[in-house]
Formats: sequence, structure tokens, C-alpha cells
Amino acid sequence: MSAPMTLLDKLWDAHEILQRDDGTSLLWVDRHLVHEGSHHAFAKLKERGKAVSNPGLTFGVVDHYAPTRGGAVAPDIERMMVTLGENARTHGIRLFDLMDPGQGIVHVIGPEQGLTLPGLLINCGDSHTSTHGAFGALAFGVGATEVAHILATQTIWQKRPRAMRIRFDGVLQAGVTAKDMALHWIALLGSDGAQGHAVEYAGSAVETLSMEARMTLCNLSIEGGARMGMVAPDAVTFEYLRGRPFAPSDFDAAEADWRALSSDAEAAFDREVHIDAGDIAPTVTWGTSPEEAAPITARVPAQDSLGSKAAHARASLDYMGLEAGTPLDGVTVDQVFIGSCTNGRIEDLRMAAKVLAGRRARVPGLVSPGSSRVKRQAEEEGLAQIFTDAGLEWAGAGCSMWVGMNGDLGESGKRCASSTNRNFKGRQGRGARTHLMSPAMVAAAAVAGHLTDVRPMLEGRG
Amino acid sequence: MSGWSELSGDAVALRGANIDTDQLIPARFMSQPRADGYGGFLLHDVRVGDEGHPLNHHAPQVLIAGRNFGSGSSREAAVYALVDFGVRAVFAPSFGDIFAGNAVNNGLLAAQIDEELCAALMEALGDGAGAARVDLAAGCAAIAGHDFDFTLDPVRREKLVNGWDDIDLTGQHMDKITEFCGARFAAHPWAMPTPQ
Ligand code: SF4
Repeated sequence: MSAPMTLLDKLWDAHEILQRDDGTSLLWVDRHLVHEGSHHAFAKLKERGKAVSNPGLTFGVVDHYAPTRGGAVAPDIERMMVTLGENARTHGIRLFDLMDPGQGIVHVIGPEQGLTLPGLLINCGDSHTSTHGAFGALAFGVGATEVAHILATQTIWQKRPRAMRIRFDGVLQAGVTAKDMALHWIALLGSDGAQGHAVEYAGSAVETLSMEARMTLCNLSIEGGARMGMVAPDAVTFEYLRGRPFAPSDFDAAEADWRALSSDAEAAFDREVHIDAGDIAPTVTWGTSPEEAAPITARVPAQDSLGSKAAHARASLDYMGLEAGTPLDGVTVDQVFIGSCTNGRIEDLRMAAKVLAGRRARVPGLVSPGSSRVKRQAEEEGLAQIFTDAGLEWAGAGCSMWVGMNGDLGESGKRCASSTNRNFKGRQGRGARTHLMSPAMVAAAAVAGHLTDVRPMLEGRG
Repeated sequence: MSGWSELSGDAVALRGANIDTDQLIPARFMSQPRADGYGGFLLHDVRVGDEGHPLNHHAPQVLIAGRNFGSGSSREAAVYALVDFGVRAVFAPSFGDIFAGNAVNNGLLAAQIDEELCAALMEALGDGAGAARVDLAAGCAAIAGHDFDFTLDPVRREKLVNGWDDIDLTGQHMDKITEFCGARFAAHPWAMPTPQ
């Protein structure tokens, strides 16, 4: 009998073309997703006089610079989108452009279209490509030179990461979500805590998560330093994929293959972490790194409790305009944002709407669905109406305010409760202060006008 | 891209952990063509308006930085900004994984040193610049009076010395790639995307 294997090993071995003496593998890439930001890579390809080797496995998406609020588009944003369109046409790549009914954020539409499947190796020039690992795929972000390399050869050189498993056992409390699970482990282990590792999420609290929630969990892997996150595919995964536009035509045969994709019972991990899901509270960040997070019931930590991280925390609090000892519940916000590839899916909008139904937001805010499909669905389900009735702006699909590339920027000094994935200095605009949390918690902050525990607001709301 | 094997110049310390790619280059500059040069964007929002920032006074070839340098997004533009500013080597206790790969593809050495040495170098450099020599072949450096060795994976060294990126290295394996592709889709037809 062969030695027990982890899911990582199974996926890796299935894609390894060869291994160099130094242990680096040349891996076959099944899906390559490109976006406007890939212009550097296409330029490199042109410089080398190379063609795209497998255009049928390459898909283009307009998202990073997609205007989400109508009106005039700045010339350099327009240029980015036009360039992607030209590159897609030249190389024969299927493009989901602004007008396409399937348009949206690359990590939302890959799964939605059934382009993301268990057992695939998926690359994209965006670090949150780890999202697709939620399906039991090997998915990781790459830089522009690597994008050019994949375009030219449909392969990537990569060193096998170490295998790490984070088990969440027990049951999540009502109002606690995958976002809280992620912020919780990152606060525990640090923003470089999983560096060099691929994280497999397991345990009963992960098994009961929906696909949307698993995607949120895997999405944030990179914020804990891991380039890849993954969940073994199961009935929830297959159910989600059946009938998607690009799902395999012989779905049953595919599903039979996919059932083998889990870590063997005896498989050894380089590192294992156990977390009791029942201990997790709604979690918010207070600093400028995702590791600077704490339960909403806590206070901004005192620096002497932070050891080697105290110096960073001091600079963070300076930037965030907060003082040690301040209760997090009560920190006033100026605006809110719901969206992004972390929390812009239909389930995220449903959770936020559940909090906002029949209530008014005290601060302005933007809700940006992760894709045009999510947008239509949210409008049909009446969620969009709930957001606008609450006084929030309902925008188009794209990366939006999250990354500040399309002009939806936060203002300097303004504090934003946000469902995104990075609270870095300046991430949502120069000087803008970002607190990361779940969409439900963002909705609660909108209603209260300050950071607050969403759990009481959900009482009696199923 | 031209390779390098030895350099001598100035080193400067960048204090603080988690200098992420958003700080290294704010997103709004990334739509610019590379030909115009990215050096001016380096740490733009951190540097501009901060009179004391070391990069406002020095143009170093070597940086000493805190842990988790280059964490965050996959944007290779963070490396372009460093390289176009003139930086050829960064020493730090840890790096963002994607950043480290991007660095070597653009002739930038990202070498790991331990926390203690990092602190000693920062202390020696203070807010100023100090003389630095880096030797890739020997895997050693001398910075502000400290001599030390660093480890560098042999393939990364080869790429830096020759100025290669992976496209140069992969061409020789084209036959194997084609063969693998055929076998993969034959065994797993579902892996081929087919719109319904
Ligand atoms: S929402 Fe942010 S992280 Fe996600 S794909 Fe867009 S830019 Fe990347």
C-alpha cells in the first residue's frame, strides 16, 4: 500500500511534469485567469515574440478597474480595459468584459461559471486566488513574470509548500461567520504565521460551511502568509457545481474522480492547529495588519501585551487614530463597505440584509456585489431594495472601493467598516482607516454608526 | 534583463515589520507603462511628506527591512518600484512568498537573515546610509561593518547571475509539457473547460 497522502500531495502529484534537482517542480496549469492588471505580462509576452500556448484554458475578466458607479470613466482606467480586450482578441481568449452577463470579480465568477473545479490547478495574477482552493483545487496567486510564463507555456515552476492543517471543531455561534474564523486564526498565528505552507481547513465547523463561506475562509489564507488554502470537496461542493455553465458535461464521472480528493486518515502534516469554533466571537481588526484583530467584545490591546509586535502596533494605532484600552464596540465609523472577492457573494449580501432589513444606516456606505450574476440575484431576492431603503448605495460589480483602483476611494482620516481582506495603510485610499469584519458586522456598524456586536441585532431574525 | 554577481553601494534601513506591497507601490500607479520608470512610486505615500524618511535622502542599492517584507498582493509592480529606484538586494527576516518569487524574476535579491542580525544592522545603519558589498557567488555580504553569510537557492542564484527568468529555463522541456497535457486530458476529460 502506498503511504498516506495529504490533499496537497495528491493535487501536487497530479500536476507535476518534472522536478528539478533543487526540488522545484514544473506544474501543469489547468486554468489561468487574467485581468486588466495582467498588462505587464502581455507586454512581456510580446517582447519575447511568444503566443499564448493554450488560449482555451485561459479566461479574461474585467474586474480590478471596473467602474462600479456609472458616470464617466477616467482615461487611464478606460485604457486598462481596452488593452485587456485587445490582448484577449489577439490571443483568442474568452473574455468576460463589462457587458458580459457573467462579468464580476475573478474569484467570484470562476466558481460561479464552473470554471473552478475540484482537482484543478488554477493560477491568476492576484494573491486571493487562494479562494478557489475551497473546491479542493490547487490555487495560488502569481506575479506578472509568472503570468507571462503561464501564458507562454501553460506551466509554472513552484516549490512544494509544507502541509498545514487548521481544524475547526465544534459549532459556530449564531452571527459568527467564516470571516471571523479567518481573522481569528490570523490573529492567533500572525500575518506570516503560515508562510511557506499550504493550509487545509478541516473539522466539523468547516464541513458545515456553505461553498460561499469556504471561499471566504480560503480567500483570507494569504493574509496569514499561506499562498494556498483548501477544503476537501464533498457533497456541498458537488451540489454547488452541478449545472454551472462550464461544469463538466459528464458530471457523474467527474464527481467519481473528485471523491478521491481528501487527505488520507493517517496522512502526516508538517503542522496542525486546532481551534474550537465555539470560542470564536465576531472579530474586527483594530490595526493595519490583518493579524491586528480582536473579538468585538475586547478592547484595543495595550502594547506591553504584544511583545515583539508592539512597535508595529504603536504605528498602527497612530495611523488608525485609536488608543490602547478603548473598547472596540463603540469606535465610531464614517462609512461602510460591503463587497470584494472575500465577501461579495450572494450569501454575504443575504447576511448583511438580514441585519439591515427595516433599519436605517447612520453613515453612508456602498454595497458592491461580487458579480453581475450576484447583482441580479440580489435584486430579484429584494436584497438590493433593503440596502437602498437603509440608505446605502447599491453599486455595480467589481473590485470597487476595496482596492482603490477604479476611483472608489476612501478619504484620508475617514474610518470605514469593511468586508474586504486588507487593512493595510492606504489600502482604501491614502490615509483611509479600514476595519475588517464580516458583512453582518459591517451592517451592524452601519446601523449603529460605530463598531458593534451584531449578535443582539440578529435576535428574533432566524 | 542583465544579471549581476557582485555589487557595492549603499545600504539603508527601513524600520518596521509588514512593509506590504500596497505601501511599496500604491495601486493607483499600477496602470502606468513600465517604460516610464517606477522608481518615483516607491513607498510613495509613506515617503512623500515625511521629511525624515531615509529614501528621501539616499538612493541605496541595498535595503535592510523588518519581518514579512513584501507581504500582501501579487503585484510585481512593487518589485519594479524597488528595482527602478536602484535597489538590487533586500535583507529581511522574512518575505511575502509571492514577492520573493517576483523579486528573483527581476534581478532583485531577497535574502533572509535572522532577527538578531537584522536588528544589529539596523542599529549600525541608524537613519543614515552605510557601505554595502554583496557577493552572490560566495553568498556573503558586508554591510555597515558586519560580515555575514546568507543562503540562496542555487536556481535563484543562477537566475540572478544570468539575468534569466523562468521562460528562458522552461523552453527545453516543451516536449514533456506537450506529452503531459495530452495524458492529463485523456485521463481526466472533465478538466477541459466546455461551455454548455
Ligand atoms: S476584490 Fe481585491 S483581492 Fe479580490 S480580486 Fe479584486 S482586487 Fe483582488
